[in-house]
Amino acid sequence: MILTVVVALIDLVAIVLFILGLHYLNSPAHARQGNRMAMLGMAIALIAAAWQTAGGAWLWIVFGVVLGGTIGIFAALRVKMTAMPQMVALYNGAGGGAAALIAFVEYYVQTNGTSSLYPVVSVSLVLSAIIGAISFAGSIIAFLKLQELMTGRPVTYPGQQFVNAIVALAIVSLGAWLIIATIQPAAAMHAASAIHLAAWAFPALLGVALLLGVLFVLPIGGADMPVVISLLNSFTGLAVAIAGFELGSSLLIICGALVGASGTLLTVLMGKAMNRPLTNVLFGAFGAAGGSDTGTSTSGSGGPQNIRSASADDVAVMLAYAQKVIIVPGYGMAVAQAQHSVKALADQLEKRGVTVKYAIHPVAGRMPGHMNVLLAEANVPYPALLDMEDVNPEFPTTDVALVIGANDVTNPAARNVASSPIYGMPILDVDKAHNVIVLKRSMRSGFAGIENPLYEMPNCSMLFGDAKASVDALTAAVKAL
Amino acid sequence: MTDSNAFLGLLTILVLAVFVGFEVISKVPTTLHTPLMSATNAIHGIVLIGAMVTIAALFGSGVHSPLLVGAATAAVTLGAINVFGGFAVTERMLQMFRRKDNAPK
Repeated sequence: MILTVVVALIDLVAIVLFILGLHYLNSPAHARQGNRMAMLGMAIALIAAAWQTAGGAWLWIVFGVVLGGTIGIFAALRVKMTAMPQMVALYNGAGGGAAALIAFVEYYVQTNGTSSLYPVVSVSLVLSAIIGAISFAGSIIAFLKLQELMTGRPVTYPGQQFVNAIVALAIVSLGAWLIIATIQPAAAMHAASAIHLAAWAFPALLGVALLLGVLFVLPIGGADMPVVISLLNSFTGLAVAIAGFELGSSLLIICGALVGASGTLLTVLMGKAMNRPLTNVLFGAFGAAGGSDTGTSTSGSGGPQNIRSASADDVAVMLAYAQKVIIVPGYGMAVAQAQHSVKALADQLEKRGVTVKYAIHPVAGRMPGHMNVLLAEANVPYPALLDMEDVNPEFPTTDVALVIGANDVTNPAARNVASSPIYGMPILDVDKAHNVIVLKRSMRSGFAGIENPLYEMPNCSMLFGDAKASVDALTAAVKAL
Repeated sequence: MTDSNAFLGLLTILVLAVFVGFEVISKVPTTLHTPLMSATNAIHGIVLIGAMVTIAALFGSGVHSPLLVGAATAAVTLGAINVFGGFAVTERMLQMFRRKDNAPK
């Protein structure tokens, strides 16, 4: 009894530390303290849980913690900052997978072959199995796409929505049947046989939920990954919270709720930043149309003719004699690992008295805040990174907007072409700068497969090539001036 | 989880925690959204405690089979990956954020 009370009090302290930890993430100045607080909370909660755990399970717990801890820390220390989206995808999947596995084991422990379940337990077992499995499988697909182990383009086939609907229906009916079968208290003999049957249905439920996780992420393209990762984050939080109901643990419920709230909030923010409802992101297969297009075929019918291509030396002169330069990074910077080169260029320019700022679009990159972390890694001080609403009024007084591997987030078609798929999406107003330099590998359209009229504007020049090589060439040319 | 009072108590906790979550997370600036996600990855690693409770219950019950022990151990492993990996990678990211440029030139 006393043990239970003490553990509950320790858990309460841990919860306070988690909430304070998240609160301290409200500024980069003291965010590390926040992370430390959450760490401390986790440490005491784990010690309290270990203290309460008895029985022959110890060997397996130690084995799992040592194995998982080693993998986790090794991966955390080795991962490149550019690969952070796929890392977070895997972590989301791990949490969802754990919740589903817990439901799987608890199902057999709590029915113990024959007993029926309390309704709350039965419902939460089924729900956390479903949501956890969807999150696990969906995260694996998101990882494969981000790691480019499979195509980042939307994978579509005829009747896709229909197939998904059938799978979803199978999950709902199997789940409903499992719940009804396991909470049946009347007629002991009958109930026992129903539970026996349900023992086979539970793995089937997990299997179908895993299938839906795969199917629902397949048609989502790379540019929509910030939304998907946020959504899977919130799914995992939800699965953990529901696992808290099956185990009667307020600790799991609260932590799951905090994570679920965070993921949901980020999902909404990302959707707003693209001006697209979540349903469109999930079911729209955005960018599928451009999937088979090559640069030549899209520009075949006349196409972009007024493209000016500039040399690194021309651009270097323009940059070196500018007063204000705004750098607009995108996924291309991450792919080329160009963040350190960008910082070196900015240093050169600042040495010459040029003001350099960075404009960060909320969905630049493959996850929320992706560009900020890359530039922080390259030692760019965070006050130099400006959000869209703060930086947009500055473009008209900017001499050069240097777009590095960003495309759709600078596309003025979003502002004035009502037929464009991205019409209405808030963009960075780079076209209003005196000069725009776009660093791009080729004239291929972006991930969303949409033509960008920016490239034909009279104040815009292109510098073709790998982002890192181009930036390095610019730095060398500025130095030589 | 046995009676409806306990359930209602937990449901209340869930709803309140969601509100606290929205309130706290909405104050996190966009520049920290990636570390926020990895920190929440670490926090949902609390599922590790759920996995510990489950594996202990499994050994206390009459149903334990190699398959179930394997599944529960896998849950412990995945939870531990979240806890240790999530905090470590968040720490690594946060130490890169600085107000002034103090890199060696």
